[in-house]
Amino acid sequence: MAKELNVFIDNKPGRLKAITGLLKEKKINLRALTIQVREDFGLIKTIVDKPNEAYMTISDKGFACALKEILAILIDDSPGGLDDILDIFAENNININDSYAFIIDSGNKAVYCVEVVDIEKVKALLEKNGFKLLDDQDLYGL
Amino acid sequence: MMILNNKELDLEINYFDKKNETLDREYLEKLQLTKLVKTVDQALKIEFYKKRLNGIGIKSGRDIKSFEDFKKIPFTSKDELRSSYPKGFLSVDMDDVIRLHTSSGTTGVPTVIYHTRNDIENWAFLTARCMMAAGATKKDIFQNMTGYGLFTGGLGMHYGAEKIGMTVIPAGSGNTKRQIQMMKDFKTTVVHATPSYMLHIYDIIVEEGINLSELSLKRAFLGAEPYGEQTRKKLEDLLKIDVYNSYGLSEMNGPGVSFECIYKNGMHTWEDFFILEIIDPVTGKVLEDGKQGEIVFTTLDREATPILRYRTKDLTHVYKGRCECGRVHRRISRITGRTDDMLIINGANVFPSQIEEVIMKYPEVGTNYQIFLTNKGALDKLTVKVEIYSKMFKGEISELDSLKKRIADHIKSAIIVNPTVELHEPGSLPVSEGKAKRVIDERSKL
Repeated sequence: MAKELNVFIDNKPGRLKAITGLLKEKKINLRALTIQVREDFGLIKTIVDKPNEAYMTISDKGFACALKEILAILIDDSPGGLDDILDIFAENNININDSYAFIIDSGNKAVYCVEVVDIEKVKALLEKNGFKLLDDQDLYGL
Repeated sequence: MMILNNKELDLEINYFDKKNETLDREYLEKLQLTKLVKTVDQALKIEFYKKRLNGIGIKSGRDIKSFEDFKKIPFTSKDELRSSYPKGFLSVDMDDVIRLHTSSGTTGVPTVIYHTRNDIENWAFLTARCMMAAGATKKDIFQNMTGYGLFTGGLGMHYGAEKIGMTVIPAGSGNTKRQIQMMKDFKTTVVHATPSYMLHIYDIIVEEGINLSELSLKRAFLGAEPYGEQTRKKLEDLLKIDVYNSYGLSEMNGPGVSFECIYKNGMHTWEDFFILEIIDPVTGKVLEDGKQGEIVFTTLDREATPILRYRTKDLTHVYKGRCECGRVHRRISRITGRTDDMLIINGANVFPSQIEEVIMKYPEVGTNYQIFLTNKGALDKLTVKVEIYSKMFKGEISELDSLKKRIADHIKSAIIVNPTVELHEPGSLPVSEGKAKRVIDERSKL
């Protein structure tokens, strides 16, 4: 499974930049980034090419951060690509807590990252239906 | 059974004055009343008290026949002590005074406490009781690292330590490297310091590359500034010692008023020398044991400066039940705040310490916090800002949302006011050392 790096930041100007600045310093590349925002704070979720190094760098600076396993599903970058997956989710009554997608090869391949409660169960289900789940190597070797 | 961090397990309960430390309660209360007669007579020699006591029909100590009579005496405030600076509260001939101490006076006119020979003797007697209750014996080497001089911490503990027969090193405060050198050279076993100085000592020990095995430290008596249970644990773990809490105030001599015994479960307050009351700081009503309120003290043996029902402004509660050590003297909790800190939020009385107590129960957040007050019209809004604790962070938004809600609900049940809880980055709020500004009140007056 793939690793997502989550970082807690205050909801105020300059805080996201504090994190990207650290990544830049260590020459760590971002594949994807999304933020869940509350009035007081934000939770940054990122896919980076060196998750462990990024985690060490950011936590050393005193930030609250965590590495999490998530499902990264390879999908076709074509109309209906995402819908095919969501069919399976809907049929099996699986709720999505959070998700985001990014394109890795325009018109060809994209990645759909999704958070669910029972990650192992959903992983097995997707694989049974012929979807490819990307692990760290796959994802960062893209 | 109890667990001590001591290098040698020392379960022996020592008493400096076993008879008076283990009196039965009934006898103790009789003794208090007897001593109270003398104290009131002594106080009547002070113009301030004479006027005040005569005003409520008390012409002599014998008019106090019960605690009910005693409770009719109005409280004495710090401002009243100040207002009669310098000699207003002196009730003996100056020839009989052998020492005086004054408060720092940083917040205005200082308060003065005069001592006769007996007063100094009694004070030493009480600090001796304290230190022995916490396990010190004449075999100990005692390095006294608090200020000597007008500050009562140094001399107060010094005389008590000598009374026990410890070897006293009157080091005073400061010059940390030399302090550590002395600890090594003289194999210091017991120290007296402020908690922040003790943390500093540890930092220097690490900085100088000193191995703890080069030291013989067993216990530390820490007081003179508020500190939490976490700081105690931290110092005990880092220095491999036992830390005991001390509470005192210059108006009641200084150290030697309340002190922990080896059970470290509340500070025994010497009730044969002080009457201890806990009152509601708003109504002045005396509260039962277990209820949080302001400490009020009455001196029972002081000759030169007797003080009746002195409002300390310190908040605590009295522990219910008797301590395993056998002492009859009731225990108080560490000081949880000052009455000066009280906030009135939408009509409810709130102490920041009540909010702090809740926050400390959540390992997911750090120990720093800030209380923000704003208002919209007649309605106050309370915002409590806390920091996420990095080590407990799991990266789940749902956990963060639920954490906020749990803390808010918990605070609401503690203070009745509904707060907004905000989560912030570690290290983003002002640090807790010293007098960090915990409360920011931006309410505009109506």
